[in-house]
This record gives sequence, structure tokens and C-alpha cells, in this order.
Amino acid sequence: MVVLGFWEIGTTIDAIHKDGLWIDPFFYGRPSGIASQLSTWIQNGTAQGPLWLQIATTLEEAFLGFLIGVVLGVVFGVALGRVRLLSDVFAPYIKALNAMPRVVLGSIFIITIGYGIWSKVALAVVLVFFVVFFNAFQGVREVDRVLIANARILGASERQLSTHVILPSALSWILASLHTSFGFALVGAVVGEYLGAIHGIGLIIATAQATFNPNGVFAAMFILAVVALTAEVALTWLEGRLIKWRPNTLEVPRI
Amino acid sequence: MAAAIELRHVTKRFLTPSGTAYTALRDLDLAVQDGEFCAVVGPTGCGKSTTLALISGLEPPSEGEVLVGGAPVQRVGRDVGYVFQADAVFPWKSVLDNVATGPRFRGIERREADERARDWIRRVGLAGFERYYPHQLSGGMRKRAALAQTLINEPRFLLMDEPFSALDVQTRTLMENELLQLWSATRASVVFVTHDLEEAIALADRVVVITAGPGTVKGVYRVDLPRPRNVAEIRFQPEFSRIYQEIWNDLRDEVLVSYERSKRVVS
Repeated sequence: MVVLGFWEIGTTIDAIHKDGLWIDPFFYGRPSGIASQLSTWIQNGTAQGPLWLQIATTLEEAFLGFLIGVVLGVVFGVALGRVRLLSDVFAPYIKALNAMPRVVLGSIFIITIGYGIWSKVALAVVLVFFVVFFNAFQGVREVDRVLIANARILGASERQLSTHVILPSALSWILASLHTSFGFALVGAVVGEYLGAIHGIGLIIATAQATFNPNGVFAAMFILAVVALTAEVALTWLEGRLIKWRPNTLEVPRI
Repeated sequence: MAAAIELRHVTKRFLTPSGTAYTALRDLDLAVQDGEFCAVVGPTGCGKSTTLALISGLEPPSEGEVLVGGAPVQRVGRDVGYVFQADAVFPWKSVLDNVATGPRFRGIERREADERARDWIRRVGLAGFERYYPHQLSGGMRKRAALAQTLINEPRFLLMDEPFSALDVQTRTLMENELLQLWSATRASVVFVTHDLEEAIALADRVVVITAGPGTVKGVYRVDLPRPRNVAEIRFQPEFSRIYQEIWNDLRDEVLVSYERSKRVVS
């Protein structure tokens, strides 16, 4: 609030006294300007069409990318974690791919897949996949050996071992990675739109930047922050549902 | 009568992280009769747990033969039950699901598996805790759940690896008595590994002393105390003290060897 107030006053004083430049609204925007930009977008729509369409497009890209990336990451992570041969064969390639700055792939996706949502989904998938993959892989490797031995003695087949022991055990690792990876899905979607799109928040930012409209950039950032926070809350809820067996750290320790 | 569990000239070596071979067991011979309760005692690190891993089929022997029910062990046997030293109940399953795991793995449908699980939960004294998760239970209760989880499969060969070592003395005595009671109903052949000589004598028909690693059999002792036994009271019988003294004379040397070695590693 203090920052916002200072920002607003700084830019206002500047507007009244032309010589007393505190913060130049031309470069840094102004909170009230951002608010009015938001309300204009909500009431009249953006240059690219109604605001909800931009948000929906970005969300759709991020969610699809997130889902596909998570599924692929979990499948590959568990498979490579379980089968030594697979991990020996594929690990060098995955490490090399991971070391590459994956954002540059966005340009390639736009050339090959086009300006529609799927080039953004592809970029989001690539970003999400590696985060989830490494967590799932590590989660599988860290499964308590006693639990595996116990399941074998109790008569588990290889598949039952995966579904009853290894997946639930790796789940806390995988779920922890979902928080970071949804952020990456958003990055993928927005950067993809930034590089070239028909709709989306990234496109709004690119347009605002091109027309020297800092209020537009900040307003779009604000929208993204709200989206990310909402997703975070949903993920935390999901986590609580999926691993309700885990002791609650806030609970008073039992004696 | 053929032995239920038999190890013939078994040697087990492990590859240590530094690349050298570590011999855990050397030329070990052990036979457990049908329906016999056999306790294996030895100093820390003498390969007691390795013995159980070999019998269960989790690990293959480097040399020698392991026979269970007259046949050589190829893979994890269906008639084998194993109670681990550490907590081995699945933390993401409720008590009911944990106990029902064995039958479910063996292809029994959910309703019947749950019904049998309820029965076993009652038998180990956990009735009313079916919906609890392991972290909500005390150590003793988790051990009861582990016992039910193992016994529900009605194993003919029951392997136990210091199952009660993490419990406090009172709970431990209680659990030992309950184990004897449950066992007397099943009459499985038991190999019970422990470092506690008193526990071994109180529970077993026979006590096998293993030497400090590499483990091999130092001596075998019959325990002719009458059954049913009460673990809390049996310790006061003169026969108990006599057996204890006899075995301790052998065990003491091995404990000293193991202790000297651990000192050398530290210094």
C-alpha cells in the first residue's frame, strides 16, 4: 500500500509541477491509470477484442500445456525412475534438452504450428514437462525400500507396486512441483503469445509495449497475478485432498 | 520330517559402495522344523536381517541353497510373511486398507478383503481405528497393524526382524504375549531375529546364536519351557535363568568381538 501510495503521489506531483520530476508516468505508469485502463478493458474490451476472451485464451493455453506437461512428466519420470535401462539410455538426452533455454523453442513452434493456441500449448508443455519430470523421477528414486520389500512380500505384482506404493509415495514430490510448474505453464502461454498470437494476455502486453502504454503492461501483469494466485489456491486445495494421509505440520504434536 | 525352512552352506556377499565385497554370512546352516518358533540371536551387524532376506526370496544367496517348504527359493514366496524392523505400513493407506492390502494384491475382491481385514484388526486389538492413518497411531499400534497386515495372508513361514525393538518395555511385553497367542492359532514356522536374548528365550522353542560378521552358526539351544507361556512371568523361572546363562556364555564372546570392531572403526 505504501509503495502504491508513493507511486501514485510521485506521479501526480510530477503531473502538476512540470519541473519536479519524481516518477515519470510516461515510463512507469500510475496506479490510477492502471485502474482506469483495467476498467476500460472490462467495459469496452481491448484492441484485440473483449478482455474475457484474452484471459480465457491464455488460461486455456496454460491449462492445456499444464495438463499435458504434467501427464507426460509423471509418465516419463515414473518409467525412467522404475526402469534402470530406460534412465541410462534417455538421461543424457533429457539433461541436454533441459540445459537448452527452452523459450527459444517458442519461435520454432510458432513457425511450425502457427499462430493459434497450440504453439503456446506446446511451449507450455515443454516448460512444464521438465519440472514435473525431474520431481517425479526423484520421487520414485526416494521411495522407502522397506515399503517396496513389504509390498513384494504381501504379493504385489510390478503394476501393483507402481500404483499402490511408488505413485503414492512420489505424489508428494510431484504435487510440490505442480506449484512451480503452473507458473511455468503461464510463462509458456504468455511468452508464446508475445512472440505472435491472435488473442491472449501476452499479446495485450506486446501491444501495450509497442504503443508505449506502461499502464497497459501493468494492468496485464495485474491480471496475470490474479490468475496465478487463483491457480495456486486451487492447487493447494487439490494437494490437501490428495495427500490427506500426511501429518498436518500445523497440528500440535501428539505425545 | 523335512525341515520347513532350511539353509545349507549359505554364503552372502554384498558389493559395498567402495567396490569391495563384504561377506555378511559365511557357510551358514540353519533348519527350522514345521511349526517351530526359532529365534536367531547375534550381535549387531552379524547378518541376521540378511538371513531373513534370503529366506523370503528378496535376496538370492551368493553360494549355497535356501529351501522353503522343501523347494529351493526362486522368488518371493506366497506363503511367506515378513514383519520388518522399521515401520512398513503404507502411510497413505488407512489401517483398514493397509491390512486389506495383502488379500487385494492376491486378487481377492474388495468386499471380502475388507471383511477379513476387519476381523484381523479386531484380533490385534485395533477395533475402532479402521479409518485412522498410520501417523495418527502410536508406535505400538502401528506394529499391531503391521502384524495384522502380515498375518491376514496366513503365512506358513513367518519371518520377523526385531519387530518390537522400537517399542517401550511394557508395550513390548504385551505385544510378545499377543504374538504367542496369535501364533499358537496359526502354528506357522517362525524365524524371529532379535539382539535381545531374554526375548529370544521367552518366545522361542530353539535359539540359534550367530557369530559376529561374517555370520555363521555358533550354537543351537533348545528351550524346553512349557507353553502357553506368559512372557512377563517366564523370566522368573529357574529354568529360564539356566538357559540364559548357558547361551550368554557363547554370545558374550561374539558381542565383545563386535564391540571391539566397532571401536576400531570409530578410532
